[in-house]
Order: sequence, then structure tokens, then C-alpha cells
Amino acid sequence: MTPLLSVSGLSKHYGAQIGCADVSFDLFPGEVMGIVGESGSGKSTLLSCLAGHLVPDSGAVIYDTRAEGPRDVITMSEPERRMLGRTDWAFVHQNPRDGLRMAVSAGGNVGERLMATGARHYGDIRAAAEDWLGRVEIDPRRIDDRPATFSGGMQQRLQIARNLVTGPRLVFMDEPTGGLDVSVQARLLDLLRGLVRQMGLSAVIVTHDLAVVRLLADRLMVMKGGFVVEAGLTDQVLDDPQHGYTQLLVSSVLQV
Amino acid sequence: MTDYNFAYLDEQTKRMIRRAILKALAVPGYQVPFASREMPMPYGWGTGGVQVSAAVLTPEDRMKVIDQGADDTTNAVSIRQFFEKTAGVATTTQTAEASVIQTRHRIPETPLTEGQILVYQVPIPEPLRFLEPRETETRKMHALEEYGLMHVRLYEDIARHGHIATSYAYPVRIEGRYVMDPSPIPKFDNPKMEMAAIQLFGAGREQRIYALPPHTKVVSLDFDDHPFEASKPDVPCALCGAVDAYLDEVITDDAGGRMFVCSDTDHCERRRAAGHRGPVAEEDAA
Repeated sequence: MTPLLSVSGLSKHYGAQIGCADVSFDLFPGEVMGIVGESGSGKSTLLSCLAGHLVPDSGAVIYDTRAEGPRDVITMSEPERRMLGRTDWAFVHQNPRDGLRMAVSAGGNVGERLMATGARHYGDIRAAAEDWLGRVEIDPRRIDDRPATFSGGMQQRLQIARNLVTGPRLVFMDEPTGGLDVSVQARLLDLLRGLVRQMGLSAVIVTHDLAVVRLLADRLMVMKGGFVVEAGLTDQVLDDPQHGYTQLLVSSVLQV
Repeated sequence: MTDYNFAYLDEQTKRMIRRAILKALAVPGYQVPFASREMPMPYGWGTGGVQVSAAVLTPEDRMKVIDQGADDTTNAVSIRQFFEKTAGVATTTQTAEASVIQTRHRIPETPLTEGQILVYQVPIPEPLRFLEPRETETRKMHALEEYGLMHVRLYEDIARHGHIATSYAYPVRIEGRYVMDPSPIPKFDNPKMEMAAIQLFGAGREQRIYALPPHTKVVSLDFDDHPFEASKPDVPCALCGAVDAYLDEVITDDAGGRMFVCSDTDHCERRRAAGHRGPVAEEDAA
């Protein structure tokens, strides 16, 4: 089976500072990869390099495109990469304000990717927006409200709807549950798990919350100081951590 | 005429502006940056249009200046006098006689012909500006033809008002490529932009020039189920009775009295001279 995303030897330095170094992994269709680590361990740098927001110093990110098969995303031309970014890929930001247009109604936010890919029928766009608001458990009657009037959890769900409306195959998530209270987190995770399974999405989820990866991720990478120190099946890594840092991480989780 | 160089600007400046204009004509709808000069009038009064006019004027030209369609409003009068004084060119109020027409917010009702130049004053040349504040990003969006955002604006209009409520500065797509702000002309004028004359757009404060060569294809953006409509008040002109001209609403008293008159004064006057009369004009004549 061809991996959907194949990363090899990816490195990014900020001057003398290491962002991430020599990261390699394969992500297969329908698989969810979790990346955990402490603050400053290079998780977000890695994610930005994968999603094409940052240019890595070396390495390759091979994506299995629908039309042309495996292509290196880094050497791909910018229009092609941006096209991927708004059709086949989705990026969920930690802060929904980064991913939403706050001055545009919820319906407009969801419809933007449709319009960007050529949808020109208002009724269809609106119907799709209503459908997606329902799927992320936002009352469709709020379709004309601005995201600024939504709660944090609703904004995050709106951001997810906006990203998934074009039926992407690969979703990048940067701390999707960060900054939400635990009950809202639980609902969001439940929703995400449902959507990922239902749509057969592949995802790369960056988080420092081990509960999130336990629930969502099939496989796990643990990063420290820019390097991947441990990788494997989620349950295996969390239940039987081998590396000292992973052991520390797992034992640091507070029990209620 | 020794106080000023012909048409106020020095020759090197005019040359720089002409180069920008030529580039703009070669890439219709593309905003060409140029080194806008200080003009003896405030930004927002047509400094961009004046510079473009100054660069294309020749001593043989006959110039017409309109502001909201009228020849006798402050902006039109002052710019016309400016060129009378600094270029010594002949001026006119008749659309058909003019070779260079500088306009703010209207296209004349009389169809323009080959050999004429229509110069627009543009306040904000970037159609994506209020959706995407970053100039670096809007330039990239133009370069990569990422115009989905423009439809988001129209979507918001329909969601909020039930129809596309944008009535001026209605975005257009040029030859299937660049999305362009046609300056704040009413959308009634949008279909007229496919014309035989050369159209030049100058934005002084924003330092941009763009242009449309004759007979360029100009398509107003819309949705399949909400097509573009060139709307205007659905009444005849009160003075000349024209039913196909764009009308201004004029408040006539403080008791709700109002009348609609042609915004193009030259068009209205010629129609009245030809004997056309609207509902109000006859009382005036008496």
C-alpha cells in the first residue's frame, strides 16, 4: 500500500537553534498519527513544515496526490501547494481565530473553501454549510451569525466544519483541544473521532495532551529537543514507554 | 504658459506614468505600481486620475471632467480649471466632442468611441482589501488567481440582505484573469465597461495604475442562482424623461419630496434640447 504521506529526513533549523531534526515517518490512508512532546520540542515546527507553511532545510515530504500519485510537496510549485492546502488538506489551528474569518458569517466561513474551488451556486453552498453546521453540532439557525458571537468550543467546531467541507483526505491539527474546558474537550474529541472514522480521514495531530492521542491516534511519535525519541503504536508507547523522556511524560499525567 | 511645464507634471514624471500605463494596458486589470507625485490637491480629490490625465494629454486634446456624472460640481470644475490653466487645452462638457474624459464615479451615458480615453479616479484599487488586509497576501492571491474570497463577500451580501446588495464598486473579472475594482461607479455602469474607448484607472494615494484596452471582456461576478443585475431607480428622469439613464435622487423639500434626475448632466441637457421632457421639467419651463 502506498503511504498517503511519506516524510524522510525532515530538518528545520532556526539559525543555530534546532526546530526539528531528521524526522521520518509514513502515514497510511485512514491512519491518525499523534505527535506529543513538551513545549519547544519542535512539534509545531514539524507540522508547519508538513503543511507547507514553513520551508524545511532538508528532507522530503511525499504526498500521494489524487491526480498524479506521489509528489514531493516541498519542491512542488506554490500554486499547486496552495491548491492542495484548500482541497485535499485541512489545517485546524489551536486558536480558532487564526483559522476563521471573524468578520464573515458562519455560513460564509464554511462556504469559503467551496467558493475557492469554483462553487458558484448560492443555494448549494448554503445547503452544504447548513449540512456541515449540523454535523459539527452547531444549530443551523446560527448560520448567519458571526463567529465572534460563538463560544470557544463552537468556534473550534466551526473551524473543523470549514476545513472538512471540501472532503479532504489529510488533516493537520495543532492542539485542536487547547484552551477548551474539559467537558467541551470531551465533546470535541468525540466529534473528531466520529468524523475521522466516518470520512476515513488521515490526520496528524500535534498535542501535549496524552488523553487526546490515546483517544484519537493510532500511532504516536514522542519528540524532545527537535528529535523523535520514540515512535510506535499509541497504546504500546503509552503503556510501555521505553525512552526516559516518554516515561517521565506518561508518569506526569495527573490522575483524578 | 511659461509658469508650468505642459500639464503640470515634468516630462520625466509623465514618462514614468506612461510606462506604467503601457504596462497596465498590456496586462488588463493588473495593478501596476507607480511613483505617485504630490499634486496641488488633497488625496481623495482625484490625484491619481489627474496624474494619468496629465500623462496622456496632448495640446490638441479636448478635455471633459465629470464628477458623479455632472460637469458642474466642485471636483469637476476645479480639475477642469486645473488643466485649462496648466495645459491650456480646450475643454468641453459634451461627451462626444471630448478626446480625454476624466471621471469620478460614472461612465457617461453617450457610448464612447475609438480614440477617446476615459480616465477614472480610484480611491481603493484593491478589490480584496476589505477581506484581506495584507498587501503581500492580496498580491499573491492575484498572482495565483485565488479569487474565492470575492465570492465570500457576495455570499455575505445575499445572506444578510437576500440579494447582492453591493451597488457600486462591483467587482469584475477581466478577460477571465484578474479581478478588478471598477472604482466606485454604480453597478448600472458595469456592462458599459466593454467599450471602444481606452479606460485608464489612477489611484494616487495607493500608487496604482490599471487599465482596460478597447473591447476588453469585463464580467461582473455573481452566483448562478443570483445573477448580476445592472440596477437603477425604476422611474424616468424628472427633467428629460429618460428611462435608460442612471438617476440621482434629489431631495426637494423636508416633507419627503424627491425627484429622480439623470446623473449625467450632459446627457440630460442634450435630451432636453432635443425636446424630451420629464414630469417636472414642464412646470419649470412655465
